[in-house]
Parts: sequence; C-alpha cells; structure tokens
Amino acid sequence: MKPSHRPLFVARRNYRRRRMRDGARLLPIFGLFLIMLPPLQQWSEQEPRLGGQLVYLFLVWLFLILGAFFFTRQIGVEEDTPEPDEDDGA
Amino acid sequence: MGRDVLLIEDEPNIIEAIRFILSRDGWSVRTHSDGLTALDAVSDHMPDVVILDVMLPGRSGFDILRDIRGASNLNRTPVLMLTAKGQTKDREMAEQLGVSRFMSKPFSNADVLDAVRELAEA
Amino acid sequence: MINFNILVTVCLVYVVALFAVAFWAERRARSGRAKWLRSPLIYTLSLSVYCTAWTFYGAVGYAARTGLEYLTIYLGPTLVLVGWWWLLRKLVRIGRTQHITSIADLISSRYGKSNVLGVIVTLMAVIGTTPYITLQLQSVTLSFSVFASTAEGGWRLPDMNSTALWVAAGLALFTILFGTRNLDANERHHGVVTAIAVEAVVKLVALIAVGVFVVWGVSGGIGAMAQDIAESPIADAQFRPGRWVGLTALSAAAILTLPRMFQVLVVENADERHVETASWAFPLYLCLISLFVVPIAVTGLATQPATANPDLFVLTVPLSMDQQGLATLAFLGGFSSATSMVIVASIALATMVSNHIVMPLWLHWQNQEGAMVSGDVRKLLLRSRRLSIGGVLVLGYLYFRLTGGSEALASIGLISFTGVAQVLPAMIGGIFWRGATKRGALVGLLVGSLVWAYTLFLPSFGPGGILSESIMVNGPWGLEWLRPQSMFGVGGLDPLVHAMFWSLTLNTFGFLFVSLLGFPSPMERLQGAQFVNVFEHSTSAQGWAQSRAEAEDLLMMTQRILGAEDAQALFLQAANEQGKKGYLPDITPGFLERLERQISGSVGAATAHAMIGQIVGRTAVSVGDLMAVADETAQMMETSNQLKAKSDELTRTARQLREANEKLTELSIQKDAFLSQISHELRTPMTSIRAFSEILMEDEMLNAEDAQKYSSIINEEAIRLTRLLDDLLDLSVLENAQISLTEQDGNLGDLIDQAVATTSTLPSGDRLGIRRDKLSEDIDLHTDTDRLTQVFINLIANAQKYCDAEEPVLSIRLRKTGGRVAVDFTDNGSGIPTKSQSIIFEKFARLSDGNAAGGAGLGLAICREIMTKLGGDITYLPGQGGASFRVTLPPIPMRQRR
Repeated sequence: MKPSHRPLFVARRNYRRRRMRDGARLLPIFGLFLIMLPPLQQWSEQEPRLGGQLVYLFLVWLFLILGAFFFTRQIGVEEDTPEPDEDDGA
Repeated sequence: MGRDVLLIEDEPNIIEAIRFILSRDGWSVRTHSDGLTALDAVSDHMPDVVILDVMLPGRSGFDILRDIRGASNLNRTPVLMLTAKGQTKDREMAEQLGVSRFMSKPFSNADVLDAVRELAEA
Repeated sequence: MINFNILVTVCLVYVVALFAVAFWAERRARSGRAKWLRSPLIYTLSLSVYCTAWTFYGAVGYAARTGLEYLTIYLGPTLVLVGWWWLLRKLVRIGRTQHITSIADLISSRYGKSNVLGVIVTLMAVIGTTPYITLQLQSVTLSFSVFASTAEGGWRLPDMNSTALWVAAGLALFTILFGTRNLDANERHHGVVTAIAVEAVVKLVALIAVGVFVVWGVSGGIGAMAQDIAESPIADAQFRPGRWVGLTALSAAAILTLPRMFQVLVVENADERHVETASWAFPLYLCLISLFVVPIAVTGLATQPATANPDLFVLTVPLSMDQQGLATLAFLGGFSSATSMVIVASIALATMVSNHIVMPLWLHWQNQEGAMVSGDVRKLLLRSRRLSIGGVLVLGYLYFRLTGGSEALASIGLISFTGVAQVLPAMIGGIFWRGATKRGALVGLLVGSLVWAYTLFLPSFGPGGILSESIMVNGPWGLEWLRPQSMFGVGGLDPLVHAMFWSLTLNTFGFLFVSLLGFPSPMERLQGAQFVNVFEHSTSAQGWAQSRAEAEDLLMMTQRILGAEDAQALFLQAANEQGKKGYLPDITPGFLERLERQISGSVGAATAHAMIGQIVGRTAVSVGDLMAVADETAQMMETSNQLKAKSDELTRTARQLREANEKLTELSIQKDAFLSQISHELRTPMTSIRAFSEILMEDEMLNAEDAQKYSSIINEEAIRLTRLLDDLLDLSVLENAQISLTEQDGNLGDLIDQAVATTSTLPSGDRLGIRRDKLSEDIDLHTDTDRLTQVFINLIANAQKYCDAEEPVLSIRLRKTGGRVAVDFTDNGSGIPTKSQSIIFEKFARLSDGNAAGGAGLGLAICREIMTKLGGDITYLPGQGGASFRVTLPPIPMRQRR
C-alpha cells in the first residue's frame, strides 16, 4: 500500500476499493434485513424463544461490527497522509 | 584620341546595328555578350569607350558598371549605358554608380554616334 | 451501608475528577499537544452520549417490561454507523466544510441561511430535549433515593427537588465552564469531549461489572443464566413487529437528528477518518452496553419485590446483594450517563438558541438602534450562550418540578426521539436532493411537529392533562378522524408507531410536494449545490487518488483563468520541479501559494484565494463570500471581456490592414516588375527596328545585300513584337477569368498530331525528332481542344528552341496516375537548372542563358493558365535526363469513356 508501488497497481487497487465501497454500502441494508427477521419468525409455542433470538441478534450485531471493521480497513486510506490543518487558529 | 569601342550586348540584331553605325564612322568595334566575363574583356581591350547593355546573361549591366568603376585602372573609362528598361530609377541607379552617359532603347543612331564621339574626346 | 455523605463525597470527588480531566484536556489542546485527544477512540467514546441514563437504567426496565424491544434503540444507530458511507460521511464533510455549528444551523444553512428554519428547528430541539434533560435529573435523584430507601434506618433523602436543583446547578456550572470557553469556528470543546469520553468508559465498565456480577455472581454462569432467561416472564413478552420496525427506524433517525448526537458526530468531529473507526467501534460499544441488559432484568425480576421499579434494577440488584462497592460504581455509571447527556445537550441547545434566536434578535435590535459594534459580538455570543445553558437547565428543572415523577423513563425518551426526528426529511432531502426548497422544509417541519405534538406529545401528559379525555376518545369537535391516536381512522396501532407514522409521513409529503411546486432562491440553490455535491466541492485530505483529482480540478480552474497553454506550462513546470512526470504536481502548500499568486494576477487576490480554497477544500468559503466573489468576478469579467473584445477587434483590424497593405505592396512590386519586363521585351525589338530603319533611310551607299538583310531583320523583329503583343493579350484574357472555354469532343492522339504538324512548319521545326506511342494516345476527351493543342504546341516549340542536344529528340509519353491521364514531354537536352525550375511558369521567366532569342517568356505562363482553366495541370518533371513537362489532363467524366 506504499505510494511507491502505485503506478503498477492503480487500476486494480481502484477496482478493489470500489468494490469495498459497494460492500460498505450494502452492509447496512443486509443488516436491516437480518434485524427485521426475528419479528417474522414463527417458533413453535412451547419452545422458549427469547434466548435464541437474543443470541441471534447479538450474532448479527457482531457480524455487522466485523463487517464494518473489515470494510473500513479496506477502504481506509493510508494513515500516514498528513492530517489536514484544522488546528484552532491558536 | 582612341577609336576603340567595346560593345557589351547580347541581342544579335542590336549588335549588328551598332557595329554598322560605328564602323561607318571609323570606329573599331569589339563585342562581348557574356555578363560574367565582361569585366575581363574591358581590362583586356582597354577600349576608349564602353557601350554597356543592362539585361545581360550572367551579370547585369549595373554590376558590371560597379566592377569597372571599382577597378583602379578602369575607373576613368567612359561608359555609355543603353537599356531597354526605361524607368527613372534605372537612370538614377546608373548615375549613382558613375555612368558617363545613359540612353534608353530604342535610340537614334545619330545620338549614339554623337555620344561615343563626345565620350572618346573627353 | 453507604451513607448519604459518603455518596455525596464520591459524587463530588467524581465531579472534581471530571473537572480536572476537562481542564487538563483544555490545556493540552491550547498548547497544541492535543494529538491523542483527537484520536478516533475519543471520538467514538464521545458518541456514547447517545447512551444516557435512559440506557443505563431505562434499558433494563424496558427489557423487563417488553423483552427484546429495547435492542431496537441500539440496533438503529448501529445500522446508521455501519452504513456510514451512505450518510454520515457526507454529513460530516458538510459539517466541516460549511462550518456547521448545530443541526439547526445545518438546516438553516442548507436552505439559504433561512433563520426561520433555524428558529423552528431550535424550538423543536428545545421542546424535544427539555423532557430528556428532565429525565436525566430525575434519574439522578431517583438513584439517590434508592440508596436512601434501602438504608437500614439510615438517611432520608433530604428533598428530591433540592437534589435535582443541586444536580442541575452543578451541571450548569460545568457546562458553562467548559462549554463556553471559546467560540471556535467549528465549535469544538476538547475539555468537554474528553470528560465525556471518560464518563463513557465509567458507564460501560459499571454496567458490565453489574452484568458480570449478575451472571457469574448471582446466577451460576452462562448456562444457568440462559436457563434463568428461559424461565423468566420476559421470555413470554410478545414481539410487536410494528414497534420493532418503527423503533429501529426511529432510533436510527434519532442518532442523526438529536441535537447532542449532531454535536458529537459532526460538530466535534476533528477528522473525517474518525468516522471510519466509529463505524465499527461505536456499534461495538452499543453491543457491549446492551449485552447484560437482559440478564440484569431477568435477575431483577427474579430477586426483587414485584413493586420494585425495573428502571432501577441496575442499582437495586447489587444493593440487595450487599454489594456496596458495585452499587456505588453503578451509581457513578448512571451519574455519568446523565451528566454527559445534559452537558452535551445543553451545549448543543445553547449554541442553537444563541445563534438562531438570541443573536438575530440582538442584531435586529442593534440595527434599529443604528449602532453595531463588531467587537461586542464575541462577548455577547458567549454571554448569550452561557445564559442559554442556564436557561436550558432551568427549563429541565422546571419540567421536572411540573411532571413530578412520571416513572416510565423510556416513554419520555421515545417521545423526544419522535420530536427531533421531524428534522430528518429536511435533512436527508437537503443533502441528497438539490430540489429541496426552504418552503418545503418549512412546511414539512411545521406539519410534522404539529402532528407529533397532537398525536404524541400532548397526549403524553395523560388523559385529562392538556388534551381532554373527550378529544382523545371522540376527536376534537367530535371529528373522529382527528382522534389523536387514530388519525384518519388508522387505528389499532401502537400510539408511538401511529404518531411516528403520521408525523413523518405528512412531514415528508409536505416537504416533497412544496419543494416540487416551489422555486428556490439563488442562495438556496447555491447552498443546495454545495451540500448535495459536497464531495465535488471539497476534498478530504487523504489519498493519492483524491489529491490527484484535486490537482486536476486546480488545473481545470487555472486553465479557465490563465488559458490552457499558460496553465499547462505552469503545472508541468511545478510537476517537473517535484520530479514528477505529467501535468499534475503534488498539491503542496508551496505550489498552492505560487498558483494563487499566478491566478490573482488575473482575477484579484481575494477571488484567487476563494477559488483555490474552494477546490482544495482546506478553508471552505461561506456562501456569502461566494456570492460576493461571484458578483465581483462577474463585473471584472464583464469589464475585461469588453476590453478584450475591443482589443481583439483592433488587433483583427490591424491584421487586416497589414494584410491588405502587404498585398498592395506585393501587387505594386509585381506591377513594377511586370511593366519593367514588358518595357524591356517591347523596346528590344523596337531598338533593332529603329536602328536598321534609320540606316536604311540615311545610308544611300548601302549595298543591296545589306539592305536586304536589314530589311528582313526589321521584318523579323516586327513579327516578334506582334507575337509578344498577342501573347500578352492572350494571358490577360486567361488571367481575367472571363475566358469562355469552347468544349468539344476530341481525341488526344489527334490533338498531338495537330500540334506536331503546326510546329514542324516553324523555323528549325524539322530539326527535332519526335517519338510517340500513338496507340496509347487513343483517348477521347471532352475539353477545349484548341487550348489544349496550344499547350502542346508551346511545349514542342520550346523543345525545338531550347533543346541543346546534338540530335534533339522529344518523346511524348502517356502516364496514368490516380485515374488521371498525364502527357509527359521529355527532350534529351541538358534540362532546366534546379534553381530555375520553380520560376519557369512565371511571366517573363525566360532563362537568361543566352539562347532564349525569340521567346518572350510568356509561353509557359500561358500554358499554366490554360491548364488551370481546363481543370488540369502542368508541372516540370525533374530528373528525366532533359527538360520534361508533365501535362495532367482534366479528369475524364465516366460517361465520356467509351
């Protein structure tokens, strides 16, 4: 990811980054779908369902966190680029 | 007082006419038709009068006149210039270069003869 | 048992510690060593103001009452954060480039800096947030009371109201101290943010500690806990799909529109990249916060008396298990949750109130007074902000005193959420849709707020509160379709979902319809473009690709100002100096400075600065600046355009004059040369004629032979003169283009035959041998055959006159080149010297090589004129061994080919 390698891999990296952005865009939509599932689920009345749904929702949550982590890492730009100068004038 | 005339001219019929006029008056006329070697011809013959055309193959009459006036042994040789280019600026140019007499074509035979006589006596 | 004094001492120590942290952070920031204070971690932790006392205490109560529904409050924000690429990224960019100070500022700024909108959003925020602040005060006093009531014969809480008052006063002090220290352009408060980050850690640790205690201390680990959960009454809680969907959406909206969330998400954002980290780290925080809610609720329900308030299980469970330390930690967690929310919310509200209500009023009043001193503004702004903070807290306290003690914390929270969510349509529409107008936003906001107030806020005061029971049941004036909780006959919905549905739906429709019908003002359109296309107007400071695009933008702009050549040269040079190839140098400060100087030469310094700032995005210009710049530039452009047009015209005229003059001069020179040539060509034969005729006249002694000779010379020269005049006339006619060609059919061979026959009768005509290929000459033509023959005659005659070979031979050959027929006339003489080849077709271009007698030098000129007129061509062919002319015939029409 060092700038010195740029010229050779520009196209490929750009392509990759774009797909990662698509992924980042799709993640919340997929997450919404997963979160909306529990109210639709029809469990047999005898089975205690709270625990299962609790575990399910936290797994979805974990999945979203890891997904967001993954995508931001992929999209993430080089950390060594200097920060824009927005010190408060002092 | 000499009787030698060098005619530098390329038109055969004009050469014929001038030779006839001058010969009849007792002049010895030599002719030369090439502009490039005209100066050599003048030095070689040391004529009493030079009759010079302007439109010559190889080198124009003006250039030849300049050469003659530039040569130390020839600068006093009388030169009669005859030209078919009758424009004023041509006359001016010739006078600037030190021509002795300037005449445009066509000329009267008597005028040419008179001019040659005058120039030779001067 | 913890006595009151210890509790208060712990509280005070904690508050002092917070003051210390805030003070220290402020000092660090001032001395410029604030690097890590702006880390993504701090940013993420500061977002935790979302988790207020409502989360800390209320979530457990919520879970105890309705099972899993409490999760929606955290899942909604999770989706927003995870989907940061959609919205947050843009919101943060806009906030940074436009120097947005609050959500009211965002809406006001987007819709053409409309103050009306700013006021409405501010009022909505105040109305929505005050109960929420009350909620925090209430939770703190409640938590105090828990300790009091569980004390064995211990202390009584002195007075709920005075506790709340003390808490409110303390918070106001803290907020004023650290929230109004400066008036940064971007309104950042390092001390506050850092203190809040610390509080975020405290409340997370406290809640997890209680959770761990419950799972491993009270229950027997994860397995046992699972069993407990399954047996708990919570497990029987019904899933309400409407609320599940609605609350998820509502909480997602709330994290964007809550004033305090906007404050920490956008206003306090120090670096756009922090959003990336927060996109996964904040959901993680929320996940951890929610993790032990159900176990605590289950344990509370199992161990606490039925009358116990589930909202306080976090405190009561450890207290009842004699875990004093843990309970104190939990208390501090709740205290942290409450204080951090109040601090940030009151800062956000105070900013809005002072910027959108106090300042405009003051300015209005000042303008009327006619005295406006700019130096006063800063002091005034700070004072108004401090007063606003105080005012907000007083309002919260008053509300607390009014409502006394409604115990369902969650319901107040959700009412607030729905209220502030009314900003959402205007916000989303504003940053994604350029067609969104101020009127649309105004109508949407008003409709949404009214519906919210009518269907949710007013009924929340209880039946017989503000809305009478009859209105609730029968609708106002007996209009059933206006019943607050089943508008338009939509019944059977949960009141919250119902209110949310109608308020946001009508809000959105109003916003969309009015926007569609209206026409935005220029300012609105300008701001709209700035907001919607924020990524085109600004660039983040990261990434080579983006910085390249920036360079390209700069180049484009520079080209427009300096012109393509100069701009490219400038960029190329800069790139070369940096050792880069191409036209795009790295955007270094040095380069920008240089560029700015260059551009300022054309458009003035202020404009140049604004323009570069615009593209580079380091210092975004306000709309006002842009408008001023646009006006100024337009004027300058107009003036300079006029000047330029005039100077262009002058240049054009001068050029035309110069050209005309050159042409005239050239014509004059040509005319002189032509006259001189004509004179020479006419005088030469006339000289001979005159000289010989004088001889004939004067010389009686002339012999007959000579007389005969001279007479024939006179005759010869007279013919020459006639020919010359004929040629001149011919050329003049040809050149004047008035010639009418008499086209007719003919055969090429016949024409050449004719030409050869004509020339053979000329003097010395029989000397020249001619070689032809008669078979190939059988080509039918349709052209002016006489003229073409004239050309051939001229060429053959030239060869007769000028070919200097011992046995002159002219070969006539046909060539077919590119569908055209060409006739080459090539003799075997010495040809024409290279230097003369280019002039032989000029008039009087007789080559002065001495053997040109008889020709006037017009022949080839006439040939060329003829061929041009006929649509053909004549050229000299070099390198053929002798003089060679190629006559290219006019194209032969297809129908003429037989």
